[in-house]
Amino acid sequence: MFDFLDSGQYDLLGAFWVTVQLTLYSAVGSLIWGTVLAGMRVSPVPLMRGFAAAYINVVRNIPLTVLIIGCSLGLNQTLGITLGGDTFKDIGFRLAVLGFTAYTGTFVCEALRSGINTVPVGQAEASRALGLSFVQTLTLIVLPQAFRAVVAPLANVLIALTKNTTVAAAIGVAEASLLMKEMVENEPQALFAVFGIFALGFVLLTLPTGLLLGWVAKRVAVKR
Amino acid sequence: MKLSKVGAAAAVAVALALTATACGGSSDKAASDGGASAGAKKDKIVIGIKFDQPGVGLKTPDGKFTGFDVDVATYVAKELGYTPDQIEFKQAVSAERENLIANGDVKLVVASYSINDKRKEKVDFAGPYFLAHQDLLVRANDTSITKAEDLNKKKLCSVTGSTSAQNVKTKLAPEADLQQYPGYSDCLTGLENKAVDALTTDNSILAGYASQDKNKGKFKLVGLSLSNENYGIGLKKGDKDLQTKVNAAIKKMEADGAWEEAIKKNFGPSGYKNEPAPAVTEGS
Repeated sequence: MFDFLDSGQYDLLGAFWVTVQLTLYSAVGSLIWGTVLAGMRVSPVPLMRGFAAAYINVVRNIPLTVLIIGCSLGLNQTLGITLGGDTFKDIGFRLAVLGFTAYTGTFVCEALRSGINTVPVGQAEASRALGLSFVQTLTLIVLPQAFRAVVAPLANVLIALTKNTTVAAAIGVAEASLLMKEMVENEPQALFAVFGIFALGFVLLTLPTGLLLGWVAKRVAVKR
Repeated sequence: MKLSKVGAAAAVAVALALTATACGGSSDKAASDGGASAGAKKDKIVIGIKFDQPGVGLKTPDGKFTGFDVDVATYVAKELGYTPDQIEFKQAVSAERENLIANGDVKLVVASYSINDKRKEKVDFAGPYFLAHQDLLVRANDTSITKAEDLNKKKLCSVTGSTSAQNVKTKLAPEADLQQYPGYSDCLTGLENKAVDALTTDNSILAGYASQDKNKGKFKLVGLSLSNENYGIGLKKGDKDLQTKVNAAIKKMEADGAWEEAIKKNFGPSGYKNEPAPAVTEGS
């Protein structure tokens, strides 16, 4: 039943490695972008608050497939933006990371904002009373506590991101689900075996993430 | 003011719903009448076709079906004893064709379906009824691509996981910069904007795109024969009786000129030179 795997025709590990890379780059990108957005959402400047709120409400409500295909067809194929890549392999990968970061950043931001809400107002008031600026209050007092409160929600966002990377197949990034499509086309006799392999692959990627970050969440949580 | 607007909107919605049901009712009636007059023993035949390949199998915005595969399907269904209004077309995307047949969701699949051995493990074929070749579509003024090796320095586009895409990667031009999209129309955007240089798949499908009204004069076929794709009609494995009947229908279609006519009608405008009708080899 699984004999088609021995043909050497399919680079299963290579495809999952691209999935892992997509996830990691997009996770780092969206963590940074999400933190910036969260900072804007709680900032005292109305324009920044307005921008962040508008951005989040627009981007998180766009279907991810539309966003990713829009990046490829709109930015690359129509406007000729390559993000410094020479081949479609590089361009597709970078555009996908851009799309995932733009999308996942909104969820990171909202998780983080809920974390900021767990920090007692007195903490911010006290730091202001000590003469710290808004940026200092945010980065030294509020965010460190907020992050520790939202490790578990962020783990959910990361797991969702891992699975969302399959959407990159829509713009031809050679990750796991693209290989799955190829195998389904070539091996119609082993359809369920193919699906099973890829389902298992994703469980192996996401289950340890959940367990590890669940443990971290318990360790670092601020006891109040 | 606000309330009256809501009321008006609701009235419009109700009116639309009523007209919609009225339409549905009348067409249902017509279909069942047709069925009754053609003989009560048979009701409907479900045939899988492509909905997104102009010239081959296409569902138009007004819900009609056009293309060479549709004409072949209609002819074969007629030979099996079904009138055109007894045919129900169902979308058969490439990856699902075997399962649609195996599960009995469709009786036949006529969907640019190349006959090969792996597929024959799950389904049987009748035909072939058409011989296509993998080819390239380029911009009309592009003369830099004349053979497959030229692709090694070019940007190429094809459909995710398709046989044509794999063919390029493994055999024809391993160094070609290959972009894969879910559908061929996505590739056309890039081809028109010079983000890609060529689009590859079966020449029948390419010819269909090139002869669409909105694309006329923009693209041309290079005219290479990079592979042989014998299109067959997929049917349930082991159904010898149906296979024989469909084969007979294909032979008859080729003999009485309907085949030639369908080719002219669907591929004529693109200047595409089709191969002569292939000999029926399956099931004999």
